[in-house]
Amino acid sequence: MKWGELKMEKKKLDYKLLLEIFLVFFKISPITFGGGFAMIPIMEDVMVHKKKWIGKEELVDVFAVSQSVPGAIAVNSAIFVGYQIAGIPGALIALLGIVTPTFVIIIALGVLFASFQHNVHVQAALRGIRPVVVALIASAAWKMSKVSLVDKTCVALCAVCVIALLLFKSLNLILVIISGALVGIVLVQVQKLQKQASAQKKVRGEKL
Amino acid sequence: MNAFLDLFITFFKLGLVSFGGGYAMIPLIQTEVQNHHWLSMSIFTDMIAISAMAPGPIATNTATIVGDKCLGLPGAVVACLAVTLPSLLLILVIGKLFVKFQNHPLVKAAFYGLRPTIVGIIVFAAVKFALSDGIIGGGHLIDVKSALLLLAAMVILIKTRLHPAYLILAAGIVGMVMFG
Repeated sequence: MKWGELKMEKKKLDYKLLLEIFLVFFKISPITFGGGFAMIPIMEDVMVHKKKWIGKEELVDVFAVSQSVPGAIAVNSAIFVGYQIAGIPGALIALLGIVTPTFVIIIALGVLFASFQHNVHVQAALRGIRPVVVALIASAAWKMSKVSLVDKTCVALCAVCVIALLLFKSLNLILVIISGALVGIVLVQVQKLQKQASAQKKVRGEKL
Repeated sequence: MNAFLDLFITFFKLGLVSFGGGYAMIPLIQTEVQNHHWLSMSIFTDMIAISAMAPGPIATNTATIVGDKCLGLPGAVVACLAVTLPSLLLILVIGKLFVKFQNHPLVKAAFYGLRPTIVGIIVFAAVKFALSDGIIGGGHLIDVKSALLLLAAMVILIKTRLHPAYLILAAGIVGMVMFG
């Protein structure tokens, strides 16, 4: 009896709210050029201030988790916010809302590209664009390095990673990523032991 | 059907390990595209340009357009779903838990190693693209015009907050003049 009532109540509540969630993310999606971080202030404005769906601190948590979980930050945060507001249906509808507009746009652009691809001028334009794509990727690495390479050990780990990938072409990237996490755990452990050892030495030194 | 399943499994796998989002996923997709012989590297580079120009996350954009190129619209839907599904599952299962555990020493330690590794992988991807597009290591060792464009774009991207879409458009115009 109680279960049934709960379910009914949930369902009643859902549809309007779900539609609203869908529309909010549907609207946010195409205006957030650059995805991820560009979305944060807009999300805060809509979710926290206008709709009052979640608190500001909750949203901070959402973004923290969205960056740690694999996948695009924009998609992750939409899923998580949707989940916080309306459970699993909310998560699904938010995902649909955030993905649909950009999906349509990218397909349209792809069709457009396919029809002009062999044009001489487009070919020339693409020769100008390809170096910029390399720069985009390189600058992403640069920007990420500012928050990722926090000390010399990190710089060394990053360098080892690049060299290993360049030398051994058949390395599996997924395994490299997993090893990176494991190496991190080992390194932190070693650093801890070193600190303990030097602290002990200090204590002994003082005693002598 | 087999091709769709292959596409789904591949992008699901990538979605599962693409820590750092967006650009971190490009080298992973690149490797899969090469291994499966889905697209030539120059076409793939063009697809990334389109993905970066379009609104929305570059990871899902790239997955969508690669799926589209391989198997048409159904392929695009499959790739897009497959690449986002791991995020959905992970957040539903561990999302709330993770809010508590993100400051756990073990999680922090894992990310301490994970982040530099991701940076390394992205650097590697940039080098690989530069090689396969003939910007470096081609007939003349360095293609001067392309290299100059690359450097200029790099400086603009790091020093200003200009959106990549404008930069790509501008580069297209410069390309028409330079190479046309």
